[in-house]
Amino acid sequence: MTERYLRLSGLEPFVLTPDIPFVNVGERTNVTGSARFRKLIVNRDYAAALEVARDQVENGAQIIDVNMDEGLIDSKQAMIEFLNLIASEPDIARVPIMIDSSKWEVIEAGLQCVQGKPVVNSISLKEGEDAFRHHAGLCLAYGAAVVVMAFDEEGQADTCARKTEICARAYRILIEEMGFPPEDIIFDPNIFAVATGIDEHDNYGVDFIEATRWIRQNLPHAHVSGGVSNLSFSFRGNEPVREAMHAVFLYHAIQAGMDMGIVNAGQLAVYDQIDPELREACEDVVLNRTPKSGTATENLLELAERFKGDKREEKVRDLTWRTWTVEKRLEHALVNGITEFIEDDTEEARVAADRPLHVIEGPLMAGMNVVGDLFGAGKMFLPQVVKSARVMKQAVAVLLPYMEEEKRQNGGDGREAAGKILMATVKGDVHDIGKNIVGVVLACNNYEIVDLGVMVQPQKVLEVAREENVDVIGLSGLITPSLDEMVHLASEMEREGFDIPLLIGGATTSKVHTAVKIAPRYTKGQTVYVTDASRAVGVVGALLSPTQKLDYVAAIQAEYTDVAEKHERGERAKNRLPIAAARANALTLDWDAYAPVAPSFTGTRTVDEWDLAEIARYIDWTPFFQTWEMRGVYPKILDDERQGEAARALFADAQAMLKQIISERWFTPCAVVGFWPANAVGDDIRLFTGDDRSEKLATLHSLRQQTSKRRDRPNLALSDFVAPMGRGADHVGGFVVTAGPEEIDIAERLDKANDNYGSILVKALADRFAEAMAEMLHERVRREFWGYARDEAFDPSALIGEPYNGIRPAPGYPAQPDHTEKRTLFSLLDAEAATGVTLTESMAMWPGSSVSGLYIGHPESYYFGVGKVERDQVADYAARKGMDMDEAERWLAPVLNYIPTATSRNAAA
Amino acid sequence: MLNFALPETPALATLRTLAAERILILDGAMGTMIQTLGLSEDDFTGHGHIHGPGCRHHYHPDHPQQGNNDLLVLTQPKAVEDIQYTFAIAGADILETNTFSATTIAQADYGMEEAVHDLNVAGAQVARRAADRATAEDGKPRFVAGAVGPTNRTASISPDVNDPGYRAVSFDDLRAAYGQQMDGLIEGGSDLILIETIFDTLNAKAAIFAAFEAFTRAGKRLPIMISGTITDASGRTLSGQTPTAFWHSVAHARPFTVGLNCALGAEAMRPHMAEVAGVATSLTCAYPNAGLPNAFGAYDETPDQTAAQVEEFARDGIVNVVGGCCGTTPDHIRAIADSVAPFAPRAVAGKVAA
Repeated sequence: MTERYLRLSGLEPFVLTPDIPFVNVGERTNVTGSARFRKLIVNRDYAAALEVARDQVENGAQIIDVNMDEGLIDSKQAMIEFLNLIASEPDIARVPIMIDSSKWEVIEAGLQCVQGKPVVNSISLKEGEDAFRHHAGLCLAYGAAVVVMAFDEEGQADTCARKTEICARAYRILIEEMGFPPEDIIFDPNIFAVATGIDEHDNYGVDFIEATRWIRQNLPHAHVSGGVSNLSFSFRGNEPVREAMHAVFLYHAIQAGMDMGIVNAGQLAVYDQIDPELREACEDVVLNRTPKSGTATENLLELAERFKGDKREEKVRDLTWRTWTVEKRLEHALVNGITEFIEDDTEEARVAADRPLHVIEGPLMAGMNVVGDLFGAGKMFLPQVVKSARVMKQAVAVLLPYMEEEKRQNGGDGREAAGKILMATVKGDVHDIGKNIVGVVLACNNYEIVDLGVMVQPQKVLEVAREENVDVIGLSGLITPSLDEMVHLASEMEREGFDIPLLIGGATTSKVHTAVKIAPRYTKGQTVYVTDASRAVGVVGALLSPTQKLDYVAAIQAEYTDVAEKHERGERAKNRLPIAAARANALTLDWDAYAPVAPSFTGTRTVDEWDLAEIARYIDWTPFFQTWEMRGVYPKILDDERQGEAARALFADAQAMLKQIISERWFTPCAVVGFWPANAVGDDIRLFTGDDRSEKLATLHSLRQQTSKRRDRPNLALSDFVAPMGRGADHVGGFVVTAGPEEIDIAERLDKANDNYGSILVKALADRFAEAMAEMLHERVRREFWGYARDEAFDPSALIGEPYNGIRPAPGYPAQPDHTEKRTLFSLLDAEAATGVTLTESMAMWPGSSVSGLYIGHPESYYFGVGKVERDQVADYAARKGMDMDEAERWLAPVLNYIPTATSRNAAA
Repeated sequence: MLNFALPETPALATLRTLAAERILILDGAMGTMIQTLGLSEDDFTGHGHIHGPGCRHHYHPDHPQQGNNDLLVLTQPKAVEDIQYTFAIAGADILETNTFSATTIAQADYGMEEAVHDLNVAGAQVARRAADRATAEDGKPRFVAGAVGPTNRTASISPDVNDPGYRAVSFDDLRAAYGQQMDGLIEGGSDLILIETIFDTLNAKAAIFAAFEAFTRAGKRLPIMISGTITDASGRTLSGQTPTAFWHSVAHARPFTVGLNCALGAEAMRPHMAEVAGVATSLTCAYPNAGLPNAFGAYDETPDQTAAQVEEFARDGIVNVVGGCCGTTPDHIRAIADSVAPFAPRAVAGKVAA
């Protein structure tokens, strides 16, 4: 038997079952309820108006109310245009529409635009029974549910008696005369403002609640709805009090049977979390109780002043979700990243389930699937997904002991994952934030992740892949030598007969590199470059799908062949200069006009007194958001239409952790800085032990651009910015900064506490600290240590634009792509002893939140990219460095403009 | 004013009784049967003599009529009647009128808007004759379902990707066109109204509204059959609705049957039909294509193949009426009728609790 439930539809069905105690009708697309929306509609900014609609659907509105009753516009035309536009937006049109107008012609125009089953809001006996019957009949013919206002020929019902009398009369006409389905009737018994100071209004809250109770008991299958914001009309401008009043009112009205309402879900306090004194006062007003002293209204008015300035601490949650079924509560917690109740809810679900595993496979996976879908559809952002994963982990942690116990008892099976994925940061590389994010996202989608961590030897990857029988290997790396490691690993996979897919990701990886260098080495399986974490699920899903795999792989292969060919054509077309010609076109600065400033000291100095709060002022937040795959410039990203909300939440979390980092001194930052007399010799920079420049200390090598330049653009090398021998007493500096090794332990601790989100957050912040320290130290160098710009006074936020003189190029980065220069720098600074930072075999710095570089002081120096280099320069460079050609080519592999194996390597072999 | 308290027709009572006993059979495809006749332009226009029941219709030479299948009820009525008769003898209880495109909106392509009333009256009359001939022969009652197609316009989808708010047809345009069509179908003696091949539910809602108006005018309420089309693998209508959402949108018609037709064939229809059957409080009806058309636009599924799949619908208890859409011949209908005969009709679990 089918129950008499209210059944509506947009593109998807909506059924108001008893499991749903309260339907939240979105009110932000109501010009009478939202000043912003009214402005958009009056200005005909329909694109932005659609975003409003989309937002409220994304925020969980199960029905959206559309109201265009605005004097300045043609309401009927606006209703038609807006509903037609909504029809073209599947992610909005999936929910039913409530067509809201006080004018029937506007409602009817709306009814002609929606294919789903909508709700008409509203009809009433205001103009008598004939008009009421006519409108109700049209609702039957158009197929709409209907809101019936408690309004008759005499006016709007205010008392409980009038409300129930009018509703009963309307119900009788609809059911007995019209054959209207009772479940399609929603009564609105009028919510009026209370605490207005007029005594007659004091009982309005009670009148509504009691009328609601009567309707639900006496008019079978009918529903009760109302516009809640009217209630607190007299407290306009005092949002905290209004929210508390609404929460208190809803709490009681829902218990009486109100099952639908037009509510701004973002502006609802949680009943239990309202200040007890305020709640008591609200209850007195709503329930028209007589307080111990004074009147209810006076007391609330008095209290209101006190709560006026109260800022909400967090985005206030919907009052009602805690009353949902445990399945829906788990889903809500997962989607919204709320850990607060997860343990209790999980325990409740476990007790109800036959087996603890069923909780994972049932409600938890269902919830994570929602998260996966929303993320896939771009409706959730990475930080939110990672928070969801944290909730999931904590829920699973509750279940784990029971599952272990069950296993012990009967050798029960484990849970079946969609696939097993090995993740590793390759040998010599310590960077793992991106890899961890990908791991979390995949885990959210029911993949089992085997994470081998950082600096993983290729043999280990292959061993574990075989032992664990993984379905996919994912490799990550950030520094350029990692690219070669990946190529090497691909060759090893080929040699050992693997055929599983190989995923490549990380900041320096690219589709071109994957197509040209990695994929061709591994022909037995498919190598796929994954741009970012949001793609990972789709890629892995396609690769492991028996039905999609062949087509997908064929498409990837075709694409990579194409990319490789294009790349080759492009490279051939680029005109490279012989190194001699490039040198002839070097930058010539006017050294005679330049008087280099001598630094305040030469040799090195350790800087270990750092004020964490001061460092934080220097943080450039834009890259922080990039870490989380959110593109946009700080602070504008916080107000971004699409991702602003997620960005603000992430930023708030970061600020909270930042506070802790500072107050609890989580990090022990350290730096070393040094200066040496220096002059350029050809493409090298020679450092001397003393100011007489007679005894050579070390040589910093640099590489020169070999692209053919247009007009008068020079072919740069870093040495061009340093005074040549005999042309001035120039200096060069160097530095290493680190936020300290603590982040590793802290992240591990958070991981163990099932808080991936916190773990990734602390690493991301440690990176920002290191970068901020580099910025801060550089400033101190300019103003004090080197002192060539003693009067410089920029605000920390202005430094991001690099308005100052001088640069701090880092070995391994575009201006000097050779990572091995770090060896020289580290030994000059004795950096390991001074800071604890060490170099891996791939020249990555450990701990990862470290930055190193040279200081060049010439005011005309700037950052550039060397680009690709030719064999003639590499041969010369290897000779200068005293390195084998072979070794030089290996380190410079990413920037070689030729394939070294053909001649040099063979010749060497 | 619409009248929702109209008397039901006697045909509905008979249909109800029959449907309680067995799975009813709807006929097969008219369009693909007509194709096999290989009619020429002259055949379509009756050598220029297009006579309605009342008057002669003129067509413009700029508008060739070949392919205007609905016109054949005026120019080749015997050919149409014979196809319908063959379906009836093969086992069909319900015969569809050949009026899929007999609205001013769809006939605009042929410049034959003014013939619409006659097309529908004649369409119903031709089917009535075929039904009566079959009944005279075997004594079984036959019913004529006045077929109302979707037209070639969509009320909730813009044909212009750059202007998503634009609509090529309005609800009122459709309501008027459908109303005119239904008036003709009722006048010609239809027992039911079949709103079919619904790819945009808003079009169907206009047709339902028009049906309420046409019934009010006629003073009687015909049973309505509603049939949507799931056009792709996503399991949604062209306008994006899921089968359940579709049911919620059309349930107010209080139809005799709701179901699915056409599109991807029985195999692909099955899960969606099961969904409809799970939620509908009316009887259900399924009439799939004989598979998918081949590269030459012909349907390769044999009667046995189609029947075997439709039999599964009956075995699963998800249908009360079955038939065939594109590519199904009288042999298909016979095979389908035979294959579902052993099975009880779907029990309407979806009766609304009072």
